[in-house]
Parts: sequence; C-alpha cells; structure tokens
Amino acid sequence: MPLNKKLTVGPSPHVRSGATTTGIMLDVIIALVPALIASVYYFGPGALALAGVCVGTCMAAEYLSRKAMKRPNTLGDLSAIVTGLLLAFNLPVSFPLWMAAIGAVVAIVVVKQFFGGLGKNFVNPALLARIVLFLSFGKQMTSWTAPFAWKNGPDAVTTATPLNLFKLNGLYLVDNMKNIESTPGMPSMLKMFFGERGGSLGEVCAVALILGGAYLLFRRVITPVIPLTYVGTFAAVMLLAGKGDLAFVGYQVLGGGLLLGAIFMATDYATSPINIKGQLIFAAGCGLLTAAIRLFGSMPEGVSFSIILMNLLVPHIERWTLPKAFGTPKEKRKENEKSGVKT
Amino acid sequence: MAEKKTMMQEFTKGFLKENPVLRLVLGTCPTLAISTSVIGAIGMGISATAVLIGSNVVISALRKVIPAKVRIPAYIIVIAAFVTIVQMLVKAFAPAVDEMLGIYLPLIVVNCIILGRAEAFAGKNPVLASTVDGIGMGIGFTAAIVLMSIIREFFGAGSLAGIAIFPASIPPVAILILPPGGFFVYGLMMAFANKLAEKKGLKKATLEGCDACPMAQACALRGEDKAESEVTA
Repeated sequence: MPLNKKLTVGPSPHVRSGATTTGIMLDVIIALVPALIASVYYFGPGALALAGVCVGTCMAAEYLSRKAMKRPNTLGDLSAIVTGLLLAFNLPVSFPLWMAAIGAVVAIVVVKQFFGGLGKNFVNPALLARIVLFLSFGKQMTSWTAPFAWKNGPDAVTTATPLNLFKLNGLYLVDNMKNIESTPGMPSMLKMFFGERGGSLGEVCAVALILGGAYLLFRRVITPVIPLTYVGTFAAVMLLAGKGDLAFVGYQVLGGGLLLGAIFMATDYATSPINIKGQLIFAAGCGLLTAAIRLFGSMPEGVSFSIILMNLLVPHIERWTLPKAFGTPKEKRKENEKSGVKT
Repeated sequence: MAEKKTMMQEFTKGFLKENPVLRLVLGTCPTLAISTSVIGAIGMGISATAVLIGSNVVISALRKVIPAKVRIPAYIIVIAAFVTIVQMLVKAFAPAVDEMLGIYLPLIVVNCIILGRAEAFAGKNPVLASTVDGIGMGIGFTAAIVLMSIIREFFGAGSLAGIAIFPASIPPVAILILPPGGFFVYGLMMAFANKLAEKKGLKKATLEGCDACPMAQACALRGEDKAESEVTA
C-alpha cells in the first residue's frame, strides 16, 4: 500500500450523524412555516410585516453584535431567523414594529450573545424578549385583533382572547364551566382548533403547530418527551380543576400559547435537560406552573413565564439527574454521593 | 498589606480599579433599589459618601482603641451615628429627597460599602489615607449609581431628573425601572467596567486578601489564600 494516503488517529466519536446546526435550524424554520401561513391568513399582511421585522432585526443584531465582540459571524447557522420567527409568533399583529425590533435586540444581544452565543443562552431568547416587551409595553402586548378583521379595512377590530374570556367570565369556577361555549365572543371548539380566534401570531392555529411538531418529530429534531409531558401534565391538572369537564380541558389546551410553547419553545436544546429523566421533570414543571398561573394567577396566560422559570432550573435538574456510571460498587457509590461526587 | 500606595492611588482606586459597586459588588441593594431616578441616586450617593468619609475618619482615628474582637459592633455604632446625622440633615434641608429614599436612607447603616471600607481599610490605615479612601470610594459609588439611574430613568421612564424627555406618544421601556431591568443594567455595567479595567491592565479587584474579610473566621477557603501568599513571599 502506498504511503501517500495518511491514516489519522483521533479520539472518539468516530461515527457522526449528519446533523448540523444549520440543518436543524432549517428544519425548525420549515416546521414554523404552516403557523406563519395561518397567521397571515387570519391576521393579514401585517403578520408578515411583523415577522419580517423580527427576523430582519434579529439577523442584523446577530451580525453586528458578533462583529462588535470580534467573534466569527454566525448568521449562517440560521438560529437568528428561528429566534426572530418565534418572537413574532409571540406578539399580537397590531404590535408596533419598532417595539418588536427592541424585543429582537433583547433576544439576540442580551439573552444570547452576552452569554456567549448559540447554545449558551440561559433561557429561551424569544420568550425572554416576549416577557421584556410584556412588562414594558403591557397595553400594546395585550391589544388583540380579531381574525379576518384586516379584510374590512384599516380599522382594526379588537377582541379578547379565549383565555381573557375565561378570566373575565369566571369560567375557571366549576359552576360556570357549562357556559363556556355559550359565552359571548368565545369561539367554538372547531374554530379554536383551526385558529379563528384572537391571540398572538403563531399561537392561534393549533393544527398548523401540530403539523410543524409532527415534521420535527419525523425529522428527529425533537423527541416527543417534552411536548407530550408538558401538555399531558397540564391537561391532567386542568382535568382535576374542571372535575372531569372535557370541554374545559380542550379549551385550555388549545387556548393561549400552550402548543407553541410545548412544541417549539420548551424543546430548545440549550435550555432543556439532556436526559429523559430530566426532561420529564422539566416538562412536568412547565405544565404545573402554566396550570397554576392560569387557574390562580392574575394574568390570563402563563406559558412564557413557566418555561422561563423552568429554563432557569435546568442546571439544577441536570445535576439531580446525572446518570450513574455502570459498574460502580454500591458502597463506593454511596460514599461518592455523600461527598457530593456523582459517579 | 500589598505594596505601598501613594495618596493619589488611594484616591483613584475607588473610581474603577476597586469601584465598590461595579468591581467589588458591594452595596448592591441600594444600588438596585434607588437607581430608578436620577435625583434619588444623587441623594443616595451624596448621603452614603458623607457617612463613608465620616465613619472612615473616626474609625481610623480609633483603630488602636477598638478591641479587635468587638470591632464590628463598634464600627456599626460609629456608622449609625453618622447615618443619623445625615438623615436629620436630609430631612431638614431636602425633605423631597428624604421621601424618595425612604427606608434606604437609614439602611445606609448596613451598607456593605461603608462597613467594608471600615474593615478593609480604615481599621488599619492612618486618618489621612482613610479620608482619601473614603472620598474616592464615595465618588466611585456615586458615579456608578448615578450613571445607572441615568440609563434606567432615561429609557425606563422617558425622563431625566424628573423632566420628561420623550413625548407621551412614545412609551418608555418600563421594564428598566422594574427590578429585572435593574439587574440587567447592573450586569451590563459590571461587564463594561471589567472590560475597561482589563484593557487598562488592572487585576481582578479583591478586598485585599482573605484576612480583610469580615467572614474570615468562618470561611472555609481562608487557608487557600494564605498558602498562596506564602508561596509568593
């Protein structure tokens, strides 16, 4: 054998999957497209403009902040586009564009780049930006436009989201639950499923979100553990709270940003646990907190706050759920546990 | 003690190198709570500086009289006396500022910066050096809290020192005057101060070794510092 062919010896891993950051992000963008189309269908071209501003500002912020910090340009990994789309999905269509741009800068510069860039963000960038905007511009963040209102001219018709109606009409009380469908302004269950209701851009159309989630599952970008546990825990608590009222559970699962959060936000690699055990704890915590905020909180919706809170707990969850090395003797293991070393 | 410093160095170290707020992370509570308005921040800065200078002078003058074992209570009494004086003065001559600062004015008694300087510096240095140290640290604290309040009030309330800057049609980014915004601005300012100090080639700021720390007796890490300094000696 001729010696001109070099044999390299390197450390493991020797077998790599073809997955790249860019490829995964591209898959997420593809998965978000149905919900984007649905939002344009319900809320008009304004939805597209808002998404465009969010994505554009995110990309510009990513490019400029990396340049200012003298780090390599990472626009190519497409993560800024995903963050921009997710941020737009969390805003109402009437939201002023310059405020959305502030949110995009917060997401990319403060949450992501200040902490070291992609994979080092301490919470989900789009969600934290949403909370910053919510706490800063509460009025603009909660003025919801009715679906199809854009077809009737520029005068936007405001509406209440289904979860607002729940809070306003006291529908969380068991006695009132039979009135859910007859509450004025409450969309029917079918409309809830297809998204003909007030809400932020990306959260309204449940079927589009489920379609996107199915694509991500099919492409193995996400595993079903977090979305199913999140929605499952939430639905179980709501079933208890509603004393078995299935319509109530249905409205709660489809209303608000639960599906968007469970499928696209809580599954973010950097801010969710690595092990299945950790993922179960994380997602169950998200479900419990969301249910608690909706049932007992003063705000109508709690998905973003609960995911952010659980994001912050992820390092601790990871520490509890460190896998034990196979083959360590029992006494040694106990000893190690006592001294705080996990084996 | 480290190498001898000139008076000028004692004076300027509080600006950046050992800035109490941005580099030593002391006095965090008043910094976060008061920096929502420029007027309040200026009032807080001046009051704390006055107390700091007064307590540094007295503690430094009494440093050979105060027994080491009860030094902390002794320091607190000195500091509390000065806080009471400052509080009475503020109440008499600037009641609006007194109202703005509220509980944080009497709480200067337990401000870490003042106790920290007493413990780390005034307790073992002559009066003149301690006075200079107090003035420098006070300026550092005031500058940091006022700068932070300018950022927070300008963007978070759309005004500066109570005078509206933005028209009412442009809503301010209200989160900046809420507690989370305070932490954001604080973190960013610390990062920039560290960057600036790094550029100037300044070392990481410390309270001059473990023995200066009020927690020295109870601290498990104390020995490590000692071992290190012995090696270098």
